[in-house]
Amino acid sequence: MAQVLSFINDKRVRDWFYQIALILLLVGLTVFFVRNASENMVKAGIASGFDFLWRTSGIEVPFVLTGYTQSDNILALFWVGVANTMLVSVIAIVLATLLGFALGIARLSSHWLLSTIAGAYIEFVRNIPLLFFVLFWYFGVIAALPQPRQSIGLFGVAFLNNRGITIPLPDAPDNFRWAALAILVSWVGYWLASAWARKRKERTGQDAPLLAMGIGLILVVPALAIAWASLATRWDIPVLRGFNYRGGFVVIPEFVALLAALVTYTAGFIAEIVRGGIESVAKGQSEAASALGLRPGRILSLVVIPQALRVMTPPLTNQYLNVLKNSSFGAAIAYPDVVSLFMGSALNNTGQAIEIIAMTLAVYLVIGLAVSALMNWYNARIALVTR
Amino acid sequence: MTFRILGAAALLAAGASMAQAQQLAPSPTLDAVKARGNLECGVHLGLPGFSFANDKGEWSGLDVDYCKALAAAVLGDANKVKYTPTSVQQRWPILQSGQVDVLSRNSTITFSRNATLGLNFQGINFYEGQTFIVRKSAGVKDAAGLDGASVCVAAGSTEEKNAADWFRERNLKTTITNFQKNDDAIAAYDAGRCDAYTAGVGALAGQRAKLKNPDDHVILTQPISNDPQGPVTRWGDERWQLIVRWVLNGTIAAEMLGVTSKNVDEMKANSKNTEVRRLLGAEGGFGAMMGLSNDWMYNAIKQVGNYGESYERTVGMGSPLKLERGQNQLWTKGGLLFTPPFQ
Amino acid sequence: MTRTSSRSLWRERLFGTPFTGFTSVVLVVLIAWIAIPLIRWAVIDATWVGSTRADCVPGGACWVFIRARFGQFMYGLYPVDQRWRVDIAGIAFVLGIASVVLAPQRLRLKLALAMLVILPPLGIWLLSGGFGLTYVETRDWGGLMLTLFISIYSSLIAIPLGILFALGRQSELRIIRLISVIFIEFWRGVPIIAVIFLASLLLPLILPGGIGIDRLARAVIGLGFVIAAYMAEAVRGGLQALPRGQREAATALGLPYWKATGLIVLPQALRISLPAMTNEFIALIKNTTLVLVVSILDLLGIAQASLADPNWVGMNMEAYAFSGAIYWLICFALSRWSRSLEKKRRL
Repeated sequence: MAQVLSFINDKRVRDWFYQIALILLLVGLTVFFVRNASENMVKAGIASGFDFLWRTSGIEVPFVLTGYTQSDNILALFWVGVANTMLVSVIAIVLATLLGFALGIARLSSHWLLSTIAGAYIEFVRNIPLLFFVLFWYFGVIAALPQPRQSIGLFGVAFLNNRGITIPLPDAPDNFRWAALAILVSWVGYWLASAWARKRKERTGQDAPLLAMGIGLILVVPALAIAWASLATRWDIPVLRGFNYRGGFVVIPEFVALLAALVTYTAGFIAEIVRGGIESVAKGQSEAASALGLRPGRILSLVVIPQALRVMTPPLTNQYLNVLKNSSFGAAIAYPDVVSLFMGSALNNTGQAIEIIAMTLAVYLVIGLAVSALMNWYNARIALVTR
Repeated sequence: MTFRILGAAALLAAGASMAQAQQLAPSPTLDAVKARGNLECGVHLGLPGFSFANDKGEWSGLDVDYCKALAAAVLGDANKVKYTPTSVQQRWPILQSGQVDVLSRNSTITFSRNATLGLNFQGINFYEGQTFIVRKSAGVKDAAGLDGASVCVAAGSTEEKNAADWFRERNLKTTITNFQKNDDAIAAYDAGRCDAYTAGVGALAGQRAKLKNPDDHVILTQPISNDPQGPVTRWGDERWQLIVRWVLNGTIAAEMLGVTSKNVDEMKANSKNTEVRRLLGAEGGFGAMMGLSNDWMYNAIKQVGNYGESYERTVGMGSPLKLERGQNQLWTKGGLLFTPPFQ
Repeated sequence: MTRTSSRSLWRERLFGTPFTGFTSVVLVVLIAWIAIPLIRWAVIDATWVGSTRADCVPGGACWVFIRARFGQFMYGLYPVDQRWRVDIAGIAFVLGIASVVLAPQRLRLKLALAMLVILPPLGIWLLSGGFGLTYVETRDWGGLMLTLFISIYSSLIAIPLGILFALGRQSELRIIRLISVIFIEFWRGVPIIAVIFLASLLLPLILPGGIGIDRLARAVIGLGFVIAAYMAEAVRGGLQALPRGQREAATALGLPYWKATGLIVLPQALRISLPAMTNEFIALIKNTTLVLVVSILDLLGIAQASLADPNWVGMNMEAYAFSGAIYWLICFALSRWSRSLEKKRRL
C-alpha cells in the first residue's frame, strides 16, 4: 500500500501520467474529427483524395511565372499561385525593410519636421487595417494610370497603363540563363574571396584588394553578362494593337498595388522596430564614436546599426513572416496568389475543401519555417559572442 | 423547444390524416424546416432582379421568389424564409454542410458540379446566356471583337471557364482577371481595369445599375454560352428533392394553365380542368404524397404568383431590368420553359 | 518664454543649417501637396446636408451618404427598434471595464473576475435575445457592433487558451512543451484569411452530423485560435521577464504548481505582458476585417455592401474614409493606452 502511494506521489510518475493522458485525449479527438469528417463527406457525396490535382484546370491566369497555360492541370495552377505568393512577398520584404529603416531613422532625426512627419506616418499606418491599404492602392493605381491608348512609353520598349507595365520579353531565354549563372558564380566568388581575405588579415595583417575585386565581381561581371545576353537575343517588343499592347510580359496592376500596400503598411511596423533597436544601443556608444571623429552617417552605419541589429532581428523576423501571410490579402484584388487561385478558383471547380485548404496552409508553414530558419541562422551569426 | 413540440405534433397529425396513403420516406430536411418554422435559403450576395436586399434588409428577386414559393408550399407562409447571402466561393460548402435547405442563387447546372460536389439541380428557373458589358466608346459589336481585350470575371463561376474556353477555341487572345466577388469585378471594370466584364445577360441587366454611368456602357446581345440555372439541393433526402423540384414545376404549370395569384381562389373553386384541380389540391391529394398539405401550390401561387408573374415583377418589363422573356418563355409560346404534367 | 525667442527656436529647428532648411522646404511642399486636395475634398467642397445622392456636389465628399447609412454602419441590419439593446450592452462593457480600472488595488482582481463571469453572457443575451427579449439572429448583426463583438469574444477564447499554451511552452514536461510549441507555431504560421475560411468550412464537417454551429460563432472560434497563439507569445514574454526566484520561492513555500502559477507567477507576468497583449488585441481588431470572406458584414463589410446600392453609386471614398477613421480612432486610442502602461511599468 505504502509502495503504491509513493508510486502515485512520485512526481516523475505523475508527470508521465498527465502527459500520456493528454496524448490519448488528442489522439482521441483527432480520430473523432476525422471519422466525422469522412462520414459526413460520404453522406454528402463529396469526392475526396488528391486525384483532382491531375484534372485539367481550364482557368486562365493573367500573371504567370512558370509557363503555365489553361490546359495544364490543377497542380500546375497550384505552383503558379505559390510562385506568385513568393514573388510578391520577397520583393515586399526587401522594399519594406528599406522604407522601414529610412522611416525609423527619420523618426529619430534631430530635424523636428522630419521626425514629426515620420511619426505621424507611423501612427497612421499602424492603426488601420491592411485591407484598406490594399483597396486604396488598387483603385488608386488604376485611377492614376492612363488607358492603353494614352500609355506612358519608357524608351519605346516598355509601356505603362492601367492594364499594367508591359515590358519586352526575350524570345529565347537561354542567353539569360547563362548570364544568371555567370552572375551567381561571380557573387559566390566574391563571397569566398572576402572570407579568405578576412582570414588572411587576421593571420598576417595584410589587406587584400577587396574593393577592386568587389567592383569587378559584384558590378562589372553582371553588367557585362546582362549586356551580352540582351544584345545576343531577339526581343519581343510590345506593340499597340486593338485594346492593348501585344507581346512582351505584363506586370499587372494587382501586383503593383499589393506590393505597394504591403510595403507602405509593413514599413510602419519595421520603423518602430528600427527605432526601438537604435534606442536600445547605449548612448555612450555613439558619443564615443563621435569623439573618435566619425561623421553622423558613419556612426549610424558602423557603430549603432550593427549593435541595434541584434535587438531587431527577432521582431524583424516576425514582420517578414507577416508579409508572407499578409500577401494573402491579394485575394481581395484578384492578385493570383495561392489563396486566390487555389483556395478560390480551384476550390470552386473541385469542391474538395479539406485537401485544398491543407495544401494552402502547408505552403505558408513551409515557407515560414524556411524564413525563420534563415533568420535564426543570421541571428546566431551576428549575436554577441561572449567569452 | 415549444417549436419542436408543435412541429412534432403537426407531423403526427399530418401522418395520421394520411394513414391510408403509402408510407412516406423519411425526410430529415422537411422535418427540420417544419420544426424550425422557417426555410433556410441560400441566395446571392446582391444581384438586382434575382436576389437583392434593400437597406431595410427586405429581399426580392426571381431567385428569392422561388424561396418564397417553397416556403409557402411547405409552411403555408411565403414570409417564413431566412436568407443566407453567399459568395461564389461559399455557396457549395454552405449547401453541402447543411446550413441552408436549398440554394437558389443563379447557379449554372454543369456536369462536374452534379457529379463531384454532391449536389443535385432540381430544374431550371432561368435560362441564362453569358455575354459581356463594354464601354460604348470601345465600339465593340460582338464578343469576337474583344480580341486583345482584358476581361474582368468572378472567380469560380462558370463564366470564368466559359470565357477562357471560348476565346481560346477561336484563337483570340484575351487577359482574364478573376475576382473573388462579382461586385469586386464590376468595381474594377468601372474603374477602367478591364475592357469588359462578363456575366449572364440577366445578371448584367441587374448589375449594370451598379456602374457610375450606366448609359456609357452597352451589353453585347449575342450570348456565348447556354447557362441553365435553377434551385440546388444536397444529395440524399429524396423526398425533399421531390418537393423542391415540384414546387418549381408547379409555378411553371400554373402559368401554363392560366392560374395566377389573382384568380387562384376562383380557379380552385370552379375550374373544370383536372390538372388545375390537382395542382391546387382540389382533388388528387398530391401534397400529401410528399408529406405536405394538399393546398401547397395554392399557397405558393396565392402568395407569390406563377412563374410569369414573378418574372415580370422581378426581371421583366415590370422591373428596372426590362428583360424580354426570350428563352424563358413557355415552350408553347416559343421559349424553353417546360414542366412535366401534374398527373 | 517670450514670443521672439520661441520664434527663433522654430527658425533654428527648421532652418538651422542649409541642409535642414532644404529638407524643411521639401517636406512642407510634400505636406501641402497631399493635405490641400484632401482637405478641399473632405471639408471645403464637401456636402453635409441633404437626403439623396443628387444633393451632393461633384468633386467634394458626399457625407450625406454616411448620414443616411449611419445606422447600418453602426448596427448592420439589426432591427431598428431593438438597437437600444446593443447600446446597453456597449455601455455595460464600458462601465464594467471602467469599474475594474478605477477600483482600489485590492478589489481589482476580484472585480475583474466577477466582470469576466457576468459580462460575456450578459452581452450575448442582450444581443441575441431570449428570456423575454425577441430573438435577433446573428445574420442581422453587422457594422461596428459586430467588429467589436468579434474582437471581444475572440479574445475571450484567445486569452485563457493563450495563457495555457504559454505555460505549456515553459513547462518542464517535454511532451506538453512540444504540443504547445506545435500549436503556437502552427497558428502563427498560417494566414488569417485561410483560418477563417477553414473554420467556416471545416467546423461543420468534423462535428457529428446534425450539430450546426452559427456562422458568426465559427468565425469567432477561428480567430480565437489564431489570436491565442499570438497571445501565448505575448504572455511568454511576461513569464520570461519574471525573475526565476519568484516561482522558486513559491515552490519552496510548498505551493503546488497550479497555486504557485495562479497566485504568484501569473499575476505578475500578466501585468508585464499587458501592453504586448493589448497590441495583439489591436491586431485582432484590424484582422476582423477578413470575416468578409465568409460574408459576415463587419464595419468594412457593411461599408462595401453599401457601395452596391444603385441609389448611392460611387461613394467608395466616403465609405472607406469614414470606416477607416473609426478603425484608426479605436486602434490609436488602444495603442496609446498600451504605451502608457508600458511606460508606467518601466518607471
